[in-house]
Amino acid sequence: MAQLVFFYLAGVIVLTSILVVALRNPVYSALSLLIMFFHVAGLYVTLHAEFVAAVQIIVYAGAILVLYLFVVMLLNVKREDRYHAQLPFGALLGVTVLTEVILLMWQRGGSAPSQPVVAPPAPAVGNTKAIGEVLYSTYVFPFEVASLILLVAMIGAIVLAKRDLFEGHS
Amino acid sequence: MEYLLIPLLPFAAFLILGLFGHWIRDKAHLVAVPAVVVSLILSILAFLQVAGGHHTSMPLYTWLTSGDLRIGLGISIDRLTAVMLILVTTVSSLVHIYTIGYMQGEKGYARFFAYIALFTFSMLMLVMADNFLQLFVFWEAVGLCSYLLISHWYERPSACAAATKAFVVNRVGDFGFMLGLLLVWYNFGSLEYRHVFAQAADLAGETVNLLRPFGGTWEVSTLTLMCLLLFTGAVGKSAQVPLHVWLPDAMEGPTPISALIHAATMVTAGVFMVARLHPLYNLSPMAMDVVAVTGALTMMLGATIALTQNDIKRVVAYSTVSQLGYMMMACGLGAYAAGIYHLLTHGAFKALLFLGCGSVIIALHHEQDMRRMGGLKDKLPVTYWTFVIGSLALAGFPLTAGFFSKDELLVSAWSSGSLGQILTVFGLFTALMTAFYSFRLVFVTFWGTYRGGSQGHAHDQGHGHGGAHAIHEPSRTMTVPLLALAVLSVAAGYFGIFEFLAPALPGPAARAAGAHHGQAANAVMAAATLMGLAGIAAAWYVYVKAPGLPDRLAQQWQQLYRLSLNKWFVDEAYDRAIVRPTFTLADRLWQRVDVAVIDGAVNGTARAIAWMGWLLRLFQSGQTQHYALGMTLGAALILGVYLLWL
Amino acid sequence: MIPLSYYVILSAIVFLTGMVGVLIRRNIIIILLSVELMLNATNINFVAFSNHFQNVAGQVFVFFALTVAAAEVAVGLAIIIALYRSKSSINVDEFQLMKW
Repeated sequence: MAQLVFFYLAGVIVLTSILVVALRNPVYSALSLLIMFFHVAGLYVTLHAEFVAAVQIIVYAGAILVLYLFVVMLLNVKREDRYHAQLPFGALLGVTVLTEVILLMWQRGGSAPSQPVVAPPAPAVGNTKAIGEVLYSTYVFPFEVASLILLVAMIGAIVLAKRDLFEGHS
Repeated sequence: MEYLLIPLLPFAAFLILGLFGHWIRDKAHLVAVPAVVVSLILSILAFLQVAGGHHTSMPLYTWLTSGDLRIGLGISIDRLTAVMLILVTTVSSLVHIYTIGYMQGEKGYARFFAYIALFTFSMLMLVMADNFLQLFVFWEAVGLCSYLLISHWYERPSACAAATKAFVVNRVGDFGFMLGLLLVWYNFGSLEYRHVFAQAADLAGETVNLLRPFGGTWEVSTLTLMCLLLFTGAVGKSAQVPLHVWLPDAMEGPTPISALIHAATMVTAGVFMVARLHPLYNLSPMAMDVVAVTGALTMMLGATIALTQNDIKRVVAYSTVSQLGYMMMACGLGAYAAGIYHLLTHGAFKALLFLGCGSVIIALHHEQDMRRMGGLKDKLPVTYWTFVIGSLALAGFPLTAGFFSKDELLVSAWSSGSLGQILTVFGLFTALMTAFYSFRLVFVTFWGTYRGGSQGHAHDQGHGHGGAHAIHEPSRTMTVPLLALAVLSVAAGYFGIFEFLAPALPGPAARAAGAHHGQAANAVMAAATLMGLAGIAAAWYVYVKAPGLPDRLAQQWQQLYRLSLNKWFVDEAYDRAIVRPTFTLADRLWQRVDVAVIDGAVNGTARAIAWMGWLLRLFQSGQTQHYALGMTLGAALILGVYLLWL
Repeated sequence: MIPLSYYVILSAIVFLTGMVGVLIRRNIIIILLSVELMLNATNINFVAFSNHFQNVAGQVFVFFALTVAAAEVAVGLAIIIALYRSKSSINVDEFQLMKW
């Protein structure tokens, strides 16, 4: 059963990611991405990472993707050539690296057991609480830095996108 | 000890004038002349000492020693040196005094005195040397002074070219000289005369294999090779054939130095050297024969060319070449004493002739072509009469010093074997030519009517104003040396110089040193005198009695005339055979090697790097996706390497 | 249980799809979307390993990666708007100012 779920989720993820790259209309690409996000969240749930799944949906699907759609519709670009001239080369490289990674996996991956020694027990505390405990103790500094990053991003976005900062009203 | 002052006083004069000449300027003669005159007095004292039997020898300064080899400075005064000292200082003093008048008011007055003082110093050190290296160093030094003085009027390109020619031609000879020096050192282990002369006989049978580097065999006697190589230096310095070409061009320099350097002293250094090294030469008959024949060729060549030259200084210059040939021939036949004797008397009368030419040149405001002269004997009486005395000495007129020395030379030559006899015949023929051209010079320059000036018309002989400028005798500073040299040209024959030198300069043991008073000797003496008188008479006839004759003769014997006038085309031959190919080679090397290869390599490196830069620039397309592709490619490669090899 | 290698391979596929997307699309917005794909792929990897080793630190990392991705998107889109204002195009070929 779990396998079926996994393969379904994985399959959709792969399919939609390909669609993101291949579709002509940027809105369709964004929507494919949305579907991908949902299925990734589902994957997280199967991995007992509920909090991360929730955050994924709230942040990625709810904020980032919306932002993308805003911009796409704001810019309203006409249809144009989809692919860059280096399509063949890029595709070839992608396949090559993928092959290399898979080969690497099979050559070296033998050291890691493919099955966990014991089935993971249901966690003693909820996922959220577990993350919270670690986040605010060991990782509090990166946490604060992350908030600073967000502040910088906010200000930066305003500065970059604002029209004619210091010029007088013409 | 005081003999050290002989060269040092002129050297001090050189230093003072060299450093302070800019401020001394017109007073330069007050520094130079006393220095040389005191040197002269000391030289006379030295001579008297040597005549009294004391031979001075004193090492001065050791530069470096290595085993038995000692390289340094030293002086050694024997009979040969003593007479040379007197010659050099006397002529130098007289030339110094003459220069006061000749170079008066010139811009380079002090510089001139500085250089002739330096020259005097170098020449004195050369003759007083007690080792080969010192000889060579000062040999080069006199060459340098010659260069500096020929190009005294350095704004003239012809003067600079002549100076360079003199130096380069000398250098060619000096190359052989250096090889000879090496051979001396290699075989004797020392460069000092006394060591070399003591061991010379031991080397008699030794040979050198000249083809050893090439794997062949050609054995040559070491001594002969050594003497021949050293002789090449003398060929250059004493203007023997084939390196005589620099001497006539050296007439570009002021006349005083033509008198001092190119008549009396520097050019005689070669003859001096052969005489000084007579122990070596006596052991090598073949080298002596080469020396004699070279001398004879030079003698003939110089005389034949002097017959037709129109520049008065050139005539005297070629005459010098010819007389140097005489001296070298004498030395080559073993008559070293006779050769040096002639060297001394020649120094007197040739210097006189040059200074006389200078006097004429100054009087005519730097005119040198004898076709524009004439009728000067009344206007320049002192110059005229001293010039006549000098010419008589040159021609070997009886009772002059030249007569005695030339006779001694020819008699010694005759009595030295069959080669000597052949060469004596040539010598007699040359004596005829010598007398002819020297009196041609006298008659054309001083007799007849004046042909110079812008008018170009003949004025009456008695009152001569040559055009706008009056011709008059130059100042006393110029005429007194002329008179002094005229006296010497006659008196030098009576000082017994030959008898003084003969014991010090013996010829080769195999030859009979004698036969000076036999019948053959008298016959030679009579023949020589006859030749001299005949020459004078022929010149009188051709140039005074029958004025159209020279041109007619020139027409009749046109080929010979052209050969003589053009110096036997030797310069032209050198130009074609050596100078032009050298320039072409230099040009080719410059274009093919320097520009194409070396510049090509250097510039090519720069260009290659620039090209690589261009190549790398192509990667900077400005398109982000190209960069991303590059990154991905790199990642793929690294993974591939990791996969395959790690 | 699902072997860990499956998750890794899945993550690799998604990552490489995103990378190829960056390389071959001309529309800047799609390129940014592909970058999001890549970030998501790494997140999958982290969570999978976190689950495998029962260490919650992996998920904390995901948390931070998510934060940074959000910030990056904000700034990136602002830049795209500025670019569009200057050139009226979002075709990445036309931005070649850094060409030599």
